[in-house]
Amino acid sequence: MAKTHVSTTINGEPTEFLCEPSQAVLDVLRDQLGLTGTKEGCGSGDCGACTIMLDGRMVCSCLVLATEAEGKKIDTIEGMAKGDQLHALQKKFIEFAALQCGICTPGFLMASRALLERNNNPTETEVRYWLAGNLCRCTGYDKIVRAVMEVAADMRETAR
Amino acid sequence: MSKQKYKWVGTRPDRPDGADKVTGRARFGADFNMPGQLVGKVLRSPHAHAIIKSIDTSAAEKLPGVKAVVTAKDFPEQPNLIVPTGEMQVNLRDVTRNVMAREKALYESHPVAAVAATTDAIASAALALIKVEYQVLPHVIDVAEAMKEGAPLLHDNLITEGVKPVPTKPSNIAKRIDNVKGDTDAGFKQAEIVVERDYTTQPVHQGYIEPHACLASMAEDGQVQIWSTTQGHFQVRGFCSRLLNIETSQIRVTPTEIGGGFGGKTVVYLEPVAVMLSKKSGKPGKRVMSREEVVRASGPAPGGTVHVKIGARKDGTIVAAECTIALQAGAFPGSPVGPACWTSFACYDIPNIKVIGYDVVSNRPKVAAYRAPGAPISAWGVESTMDILAQELRMDPIDLRLKNAAKKGTKTSYGPVFDTIGFVETLEAAKNSEHYKSKPKPGMARGVAAGFWFNVGADSSAAAHVAEDGTVTIISGNPDIGGSRASLALMAAEELGVDYDKVRPVIADTSSIGFNFVTGGSRVTFATGLAVVNSVRDLVRECKVRAAKTWGVDPDGVIWENGCAKPAGSNVGEFEPLSLAQLAATAGKTGGPINGHNQLNAQGAGPGFGVHIVDLKVDRDTGIVEIGRYTALQDVGTAIHPSYVEGQMQGGAVQGIGWALNEEYIYSAKGKLDNAGFLDYRMPVASDLPMIETIIVEVPNPHHPYGVRGVGEVPIVPPLATVGNAIARATGVRMTDLPMSPPRLSAALDAATPRMAAE
Ligand code: FES
Ligand code: FES
Repeated sequence: MAKTHVSTTINGEPTEFLCEPSQAVLDVLRDQLGLTGTKEGCGSGDCGACTIMLDGRMVCSCLVLATEAEGKKIDTIEGMAKGDQLHALQKKFIEFAALQCGICTPGFLMASRALLERNNNPTETEVRYWLAGNLCRCTGYDKIVRAVMEVAADMRETAR
Repeated sequence: MSKQKYKWVGTRPDRPDGADKVTGRARFGADFNMPGQLVGKVLRSPHAHAIIKSIDTSAAEKLPGVKAVVTAKDFPEQPNLIVPTGEMQVNLRDVTRNVMAREKALYESHPVAAVAATTDAIASAALALIKVEYQVLPHVIDVAEAMKEGAPLLHDNLITEGVKPVPTKPSNIAKRIDNVKGDTDAGFKQAEIVVERDYTTQPVHQGYIEPHACLASMAEDGQVQIWSTTQGHFQVRGFCSRLLNIETSQIRVTPTEIGGGFGGKTVVYLEPVAVMLSKKSGKPGKRVMSREEVVRASGPAPGGTVHVKIGARKDGTIVAAECTIALQAGAFPGSPVGPACWTSFACYDIPNIKVIGYDVVSNRPKVAAYRAPGAPISAWGVESTMDILAQELRMDPIDLRLKNAAKKGTKTSYGPVFDTIGFVETLEAAKNSEHYKSKPKPGMARGVAAGFWFNVGADSSAAAHVAEDGTVTIISGNPDIGGSRASLALMAAEELGVDYDKVRPVIADTSSIGFNFVTGGSRVTFATGLAVVNSVRDLVRECKVRAAKTWGVDPDGVIWENGCAKPAGSNVGEFEPLSLAQLAATAGKTGGPINGHNQLNAQGAGPGFGVHIVDLKVDRDTGIVEIGRYTALQDVGTAIHPSYVEGQMQGGAVQGIGWALNEEYIYSAKGKLDNAGFLDYRMPVASDLPMIETIIVEVPNPHHPYGVRGVGEVPIVPPLATVGNAIARATGVRMTDLPMSPPRLSAALDAATPRMAAE
């Protein structure tokens, strides 16, 4: 079957690739473009390890066909730090030990950033429900939720 | 006990691998690739139990793009030999059969063949072309069923071990364990109250988010390289060597970052197959399990039955206790029934104990270790029964435990006498906690339970190298699943008297450091930590020799303080201290590179105890349990990096909550798993939970320089009964079967309501 040509912007860089019509964005990112920071935990939309932003919308990249990325903007974990500066969430995740094994971390960071971009004053319950699509088997979520709340508080502080 | 003051131990610096793991740089199992690699895929049995009459791979082999097909024929037969793996033991004869089915498929999804092809699609097409002729046999899933006379037999040569006289007929009972202290018959005669109950648990999966994955390459000269996500790359090397008849040193295994294991990645599934595919195809090959394969075919923790009987005096003194535990081993013998038995009453000082365990095979995937293997299951029974006893005696559940708590000098049912342990301290901390002293919020009820794990020592090797500028590399060989690099670096910095960021911990492949037993049993910070401390001491000794040489004095005249060599006293002479950087700069003249190393079999692992407290609410209509507040307390000896200690306690508690409330394997009548995915295998998510409060108790282990006991296992032991005990107090209904999922709980409440209304 002929491959489809797709033009996208990934983490700000114009990127082109060829893909099978049935291929998911996740597979293209990982297997073709070498962007292995986005993880696969299930391939069925149930774990959130593959979370990316597609035109500013949070999606499970294992559920999005690569051809749907045509003309769109993709953001992945590899684009989260700016230059040698980690994003505030990345820093706080390390500081708060919000990762143990770290396999879920890229997905949680992408999802948490998406939350804080729309709501920098979430309640604990809002954080917990927003992140309910991301599975973490190591941490029991406590330190992840605390890190996100703390970054939100810092953001509000800087915004004042 | 007054706590020693340390500069680094007990602090919370950023972990050395933090930046890699928050940026996507860290490379996990599926993130490694080699040029020209093939895709490996496994064909699995659709039947729970079937004789494999024939396998025809010819059509698959002819498919363009297929480079190799393997079946059990490609793997040599193995001896009937038990070897350790992680916290459990396995028989090599069974390991090779679990990797690739031979005479029979023993569970649904048992591997029967594998292919390597140029693309994923071709590999899948090739699997469809493999013709396997099965003769389907009756199967048995449930442990109680499997023990019955006349149950379908998995292995017709399986004679129960540990029974006299030796049975003449095979059965599904692989082993019986008897663990006796004192005389329970006499003990129960002294009892004024006896509580006796039966409990069941369902198998649960470790649930690591990263599926098993590996990349393997065998070169033309027979040298093998493997990248694998594993808790024990030395075990991967060892099993590949045995199963494939390759000299051990010809195999080099590099551990990738590991996305969770919890015991489940102490087993080999993919690697021997991937190496064999590489050998036959002449190309490197990658093999990644799907989530479905992980759930269907990698080891869960067993389910089982637990019968508990406890007799006490009216004042709460326990005089006798009995427990019978039967655990599913899965398709091959080797459930963690031993630790289930030995841990069952380890929390308590009871004069008369009798524990009987059965290891039972059934047509399920072979179980694997899962955090404190076996212990949560027996604790579910014992700690629930303790709660009933407390209720019947109208005693505070913590007081009942305090009254009977094991202490230094208590002789366990399995033999050893406890050295310094911190169970009493942990119970007291629980009693004095703000959580326990406050009343549960309206509508909430409280549960408490305790748990025990031995913690493990075993083999470790480590090295410490001084770089040319005086910074230090610490080399060890245990994959870091939850922050162990940080704790090893902290102990090394403390020992050396230099800053934490001057010490770089590295995890070496199997060819770059001596043997290390798996990351498991809560052993790394204890045992590998000990090897690291000793290798740093070796390094310091060498530094003193170099300083002595520089000064022209006797090495005994040199001391080590704050990262510098100093003269021991003015009688030695007046010399400026020499730092690591100075010693490194002149190393060429004083004897060459400055390194230290150590290898050991760590003895004296310090037992760990935990106490958990929950406040929860039960919705009587739906059976949904809402966790309102949760506190985990544990004696960890010394918390090297308290954040990661808390993380272990929180993570273990939440896994236990999942085990208690939702997780289970659901099998169809045909013996097929019906919920092989995260959607239907329901693990806790953030919105199910409150914050998990932690209270770290520190009663140092006298057998470790910094008092480390180990942390990771204990916290999964108490939660099952903690939750069950709170549900009993919330509803008046004592649940004895896990999971206490909404449908089961509401059914139990419905069944109980008419009776309660009539009372
Ligand atoms: S891999 Fe996409 S949600 Fe799990
Ligand atoms: S840190 Fe391991 S799954 Fe989240």
